[in-house]
Amino acid sequence: MEVPRQPIVEIKNLNKTYRRGSQVISVLNDITFDIEEGEFLALMGPSGSGKTTLLNLIAGIDKPDSGSVRVGEVEITSLSETELARWRASHVGFIFQFYNLIPVLTAFENVELPLLLTGLSRRERREHVETALYAVNLSDRMDHYPSQLSGGQQQRVAIARAVVADPTILVADEPTGDLDRVSAREILDLMERLVHELGKTIIMVTHDPRAAEKAHMVRNLDKGVLNNVLS
Amino acid sequence: MFFLKLLFRNAFRHKLRTTLTVVGVAIAILAFGLLRTLVGLWYLGVERSSATRLVTRNAISLVFTLPISYKDRILQIRGVKSISYGNWFGGIYADEKHFFANYAVEPRSYLELYPEFVLPPDQKAAFLRDRKGCIVGAKLAELHKWKLGDIITLKGTIFPGQWEFVLRAIYKGADKSTEERALMFHWDYLNETMKKTVPRRADQVGFYMIGVTNKDLAPEVAVEIDRTFKNSLAETMTETERAFQLGFISMTEAILIAIQIVSYVVIVIIMVVAANTMAMTARERISEYATFKTIGFGKWHIGGIVFGESLVIAMTGGIIGALLTFPAARWFEVELSQYFPVFSVSPFTIYLDLLAAMGIGVVAAVFPTWRSATIRIVEGLRRIG
Repeated sequence: MEVPRQPIVEIKNLNKTYRRGSQVISVLNDITFDIEEGEFLALMGPSGSGKTTLLNLIAGIDKPDSGSVRVGEVEITSLSETELARWRASHVGFIFQFYNLIPVLTAFENVELPLLLTGLSRRERREHVETALYAVNLSDRMDHYPSQLSGGQQQRVAIARAVVADPTILVADEPTGDLDRVSAREILDLMERLVHELGKTIIMVTHDPRAAEKAHMVRNLDKGVLNNVLS
Repeated sequence: MFFLKLLFRNAFRHKLRTTLTVVGVAIAILAFGLLRTLVGLWYLGVERSSATRLVTRNAISLVFTLPISYKDRILQIRGVKSISYGNWFGGIYADEKHFFANYAVEPRSYLELYPEFVLPPDQKAAFLRDRKGCIVGAKLAELHKWKLGDIITLKGTIFPGQWEFVLRAIYKGADKSTEERALMFHWDYLNETMKKTVPRRADQVGFYMIGVTNKDLAPEVAVEIDRTFKNSLAETMTETERAFQLGFISMTEAILIAIQIVSYVVIVIIMVVAANTMAMTARERISEYATFKTIGFGKWHIGGIVFGESLVIAMTGGIIGALLTFPAARWFEVELSQYFPVFSVSPFTIYLDLLAAMGIGVVAAVFPTWRSATIRIVEGLRRIG
């Protein structure tokens, strides 16, 4: 008999609205669901459905109007800006659509960034960065600047940066959205490996059905409402 | 170390823009340094003035003279150690473009009272012997390639006629600030000529230079001299050499204030230019700052990155500008030697330069730092692509 896994993320009655002039636009409407540890979740839905807003709330870079988001043991909606920054540094790894690498830093230095917020020594940081870059198969590109790397390689550096501090969850916003088909497949394979081999929990926003196929679970959002689950 | 590396790489990411800003700051700091040096030079005469020397002139104006007979009466006043006298000659050599200061002085007492004019003993003796002899500063002699024994002809303006002098000595300044572009000759030569040509102008001096026994006595001695000649036909005005020099400066105070204002305006203009550069830079990098914040860096980190970059650019320009001040000042010293006997940059001016550069960096960074540090992550990330 399979032992039920603990939810790593618990979302309850989450609401989020935006104000445009005098108009109040509801983006997320009473969202409640859990994400289990080691799960690879894809959030899908049309543009403006609230996927990225939901991802931002889970990652602690935006605040809801009401409701709760618990990640591990931490109720993140009650944290201050400073506490949230500290929490993100150790619990969340980010993978963006446009990689968001710092152009003046080498691949090595980009990956090292999250570790600067830890108490690790220089030698320890170097070991961690080398391991992360090895894991994404970029050991030979450590000293390259982002402009010297292809889109797929840049995204792999971004993944190495996301995992290097061993965060609780990985959030990915359209990670293959800016890549060609081959590079996209490589990135998805890599993310799949992170889940299967390293037990990482990934929450991914995507438009791409091929990307969603890799996920254990697909949740659809439409006009701020979570309406079906595909496993 | 990591952040320092990041600051420098960020600062020179847009090479052309940063170079132009650095050049702008460097030129502004150079102009600021030169203008501040110029203001300082205005006061050079004041700084080198002696505390134990007084100057007595006609109370109405410098244009009016005093009788030579005052000399003995002044010497009798308690606290007076020595006295010399002279006239501003105002002669022109070749043409007005070749202006230099020239005076008729009583040579023996004058050289005793002004030890900063250093003459070789044999030349000094030759000068004292020859009533038509003159002395010139080394820089002036070098400028006109004069050598001992040369005849120097000045066209008199206050004292009309062609005046010929034999160059008997070339003096050097005891320090760098001593005027080395002046000519001095025997007052007796002037006076005897006046006796023959315009007798009513004979036995008149333009100013007395008085040495006092103790600098603390100077104010008392000055009051006593003026009291002695009160209600006479030529009342006197006695002041310290410093006050006398300041009197000249006050005549050109408006120019000085204008120079000072221009020096600050230059800094304000470059502050605005640098602030614009930093604002553009910060606006372009908002998504990067949002990424830093997403990863977990706080607003102090972001503020430090923007502020540091601004300081790197401003200080690079500031240091270049400050270093360029030295050759520029040297050039001024050579090319404008007839106006500025010395154009040396003081350490204080360099401190001011660097302070101004730092001020530019700080002011330019204030708004972009605040904007970058306080931007919401979601808003910043939306600007990608």
